[in-house]
Amino acid sequence: MKTNLRFTFFVLLLVLAGLLVAPVSAQGAQPPTDDDVNAIAKELYCPVCENTPLDVCATQACAQWRDLIRLKLSQGETESQIKQYFVENYGARVLNEPPREGLNWLAYLVPPVIILAGAVFLVRALRMMKKPVAAVPAEGPRVEAPADDYIARLEEEVKKQK
Amino acid sequence: MTETTETPIRRGVPLWAQIIIWVGLLALLVMVGVTLMKRQEGTIQPGDVIPDFSLPLFSGYEYAGQSEVKLSDFRGKVVVINFWASWCKPCEQEAAELQEAWEYYEPTGQVVFLGADYVDTEPEARVYLQKYGITFPNGPDMGTRISQLFRIQGVPETYFVDKTGVLRYVQVGPFSSLGQIQAQIDLLLAE
Repeated sequence: MKTNLRFTFFVLLLVLAGLLVAPVSAQGAQPPTDDDVNAIAKELYCPVCENTPLDVCATQACAQWRDLIRLKLSQGETESQIKQYFVENYGARVLNEPPREGLNWLAYLVPPVIILAGAVFLVRALRMMKKPVAAVPAEGPRVEAPADDYIARLEEEVKKQK
Repeated sequence: MTETTETPIRRGVPLWAQIIIWVGLLALLVMVGVTLMKRQEGTIQPGDVIPDFSLPLFSGYEYAGQSEVKLSDFRGKVVVINFWASWCKPCEQEAAELQEAWEYYEPTGQVVFLGADYVDTEPEARVYLQKYGITFPNGPDMGTRISQLFRIQGVPETYFVDKTGVLRYVQVGPFSSLGQIQAQIDLLLAE
């Protein structure tokens, strides 16, 4: 009885494992679709056709590159392996994003720094606009203390003369 | 009694920040300028000494059993460097003439032809080489390093280097005849 149960459990396990593995195997055996190829191609640029992503480029050179991507996908290579192959063969300029190394960092750092500096400048300029530009005496009776003293002394002298 | 409003303290951008901003802007301008100048420079010109480079060769297209050659290995020989690609239609016009010229000069041992396959895929490149019966050393321009060195404008382009490593003639576009290739090589061999 125990043996039968064990056997049934083992068979069930095998069936379950088969169900889990089967879709993966089937997927792996399928040839790569255009979408699979274009998913990688859209992130690559052929040096011959500047500024045109590989997935929409109509030249023969780009068609050959897409065929190569398809071939490498069918051989089981991953996206990063394929990109690495293209970088090694045609240079880093084929990537839509420059690799984060060396002078390439400028492309990532300069724009945000400029935007930040611009924002700081704008905020400061707006604050300055709110404050008065120069000190202006407040309006009111212009009474000058030294004149008061002088008049007082003058009046005192006049009184003395009288 | 006197009433005055408070004088605001004008806090400008600190001097060090101004210096950094201006130096940064200047550096960016210089970089953009240098890049634009390089783009407008065109190919390297006759009279320029070509910097040394190495070319890995396709299997079956080696030179004297070597799978990679350096330009400096060929001092004392005339070197013809041809940039081509399998997707390049004008390249097909000159392929047969180049091979013919190679077959003519190879026995002399004084001339070397090098084919640099530009932005190409190896399977198609091999089909092209077989189609035109090309046998002279050929290899991929890995990372487009050699084409950048020559600042090529497209393919086909052919560069004639004399025995001292100095560039002597540039052919932009395909050759129209075998005689055109021979004329340049003979001129350099006669020196």
